[in-house]
Amino acid sequence: MTTTVEGQTTRGMRAGLLAVLARVWLVPIAVAAWELGTRQAGSTYFPPPSQILARMYELWFSGPAAHLFLTDGALGDFLPSLARLFGGWALACVLGIGLGVALGRSRKLSGYIDPLVEFGRAIPPPTLIPLFIILFKMGTQMQVATIVYGVIWPILINTIDGARHVDRVHADTAQAFGLGRAQRLFRIILPAAGPKIFAGVRLSLSLAVILMVVSELVGSTNGIGYQLMFTQQNFDLSGMWGAIVLLGVLGFVLNASFLVVERRVLSWHRRARQTT
Amino acid sequence: MLDVVNLSHTYGEGPNAHQALGGIDLKVAEGEMVCVVGPSGCGKSTLLRSIAGLIRPTEGQIRIRETTVADTPGDLAVVFQDYSRSLFPWMSVGDNVALPLRRRGKDRTARRAAAAEALEEVGLAAASSKFPWELSGGMQQRVAIARALAYRPSLLLMDEPFGSVDAQTREDLEDLVLKVREHHRMTVLLITHDIDESVYVGDRVVVLTRSPARVAGELSVDLPFPRDQIATRELPAFVHLRAEVGRLVRAKKESPPVQV
Repeated sequence: MTTTVEGQTTRGMRAGLLAVLARVWLVPIAVAAWELGTRQAGSTYFPPPSQILARMYELWFSGPAAHLFLTDGALGDFLPSLARLFGGWALACVLGIGLGVALGRSRKLSGYIDPLVEFGRAIPPPTLIPLFIILFKMGTQMQVATIVYGVIWPILINTIDGARHVDRVHADTAQAFGLGRAQRLFRIILPAAGPKIFAGVRLSLSLAVILMVVSELVGSTNGIGYQLMFTQQNFDLSGMWGAIVLLGVLGFVLNASFLVVERRVLSWHRRARQTT
Repeated sequence: MLDVVNLSHTYGEGPNAHQALGGIDLKVAEGEMVCVVGPSGCGKSTLLRSIAGLIRPTEGQIRIRETTVADTPGDLAVVFQDYSRSLFPWMSVGDNVALPLRRRGKDRTARRAAAAEALEEVGLAAASSKFPWELSGGMQQRVAIARALAYRPSLLLMDEPFGSVDAQTREDLEDLVLKVREHHRMTVLLITHDIDESVYVGDRVVVLTRSPARVAGELSVDLPFPRDQIATRELPAFVHLRAEVGRLVRAKKESPPVQV
């Protein structure tokens, strides 16, 4: 009995490993090609990845073990960037979902506000940076404002859509049983709109990375975007490429972690769809 | 108990207006099981939705135990035909049943206990932690019935509750409803288009005309309890009643079109 179970787990693990390999095998090949190509070309503007990694290590990851091997430079750049990123994104989530539910549930309100929403989302967020610089001064406030403004739209629009299209029988059931306001909001409307809200929130997370960088390129004295600009101005091209790679990794990790959360929270949705 | 007086409802306005209900009077006594039958599209669901407070009828009055439905939501539970959309797929079966009980002022433990008891009663004690979509259609409708039971409403409304299940399941569910309403002495208003079903489960059958619906007639069903799918249905009285209801339903169908 135990041997078969063990046999099954090893077989399962092996199958899982193969599946992962089948998906990522191209990555090392691409990196190797990049290394070979850049070495052949020998261009100053395109340092080979080995050199980029060495520079990244030197700049950020050669710190003391007590600081998780992060250098002071890394702490000085990563922490402010991540704080702005998550702060702005979280604020946009709260505002977007709150406002979205209100607009989605009230025909009257959305009649007034919808045109404003359409206009607001049509403005490219970076164009507001000059305005925000005047309003909030340089630095974190202006950057958070840029991120909030830039990433709130997908959350807002998806939440409006999700809250508006709660299934009629679900809504009828809630009303007939006389569920209270809070119960209707937290047990019916938000879960029913959940799949759409999550899609919006995930999109806004990748937008938040973009806007974090853009706002740091323009008006900042620290952060990963600032590093990108600073290294470029000092002809530290390996450092600049390092910042680019770092941002790519950051975006990838954020999206992957978000997917893990989403799969957990919306597991009912995925599984219900599979059965029907 | 339930008092419907001169209920009319018109959807829309102007030339596109559609009058669904044309003045319905209906009384249901405490503990009675009344079936409302009528041709499809006659406005049966409009009647039920008005009683449940889901739409505001254009005319007439609905009172449940002397409380006008328009003012406060009635103390009632509803079992809809479409169980897969009436149960909430993001909650476990147990949570679905327990959800409305907060209004009853019960704490968490009491709500759980009441839900477990109701699920036990419909034969689904083991399904509490499952999700609705993991169950068959008939089982899902049992969950919806359990939710209504746990709520202990003064009036239970059922809108074509067995319309989406297969014949065998339908018979099981009919008997389940008869059993639980006997046990809890519930007042039930059941809407159906199935003539046999109305006679089999009802104490009284009210027949509606085509839309705009009025009461075409009503019959007391004096068949003995407990009812049995085979024995009851072969009683001469059952056959006779079924024919009477059928005649009432058909009578209006074959009446000549109204002169314009």
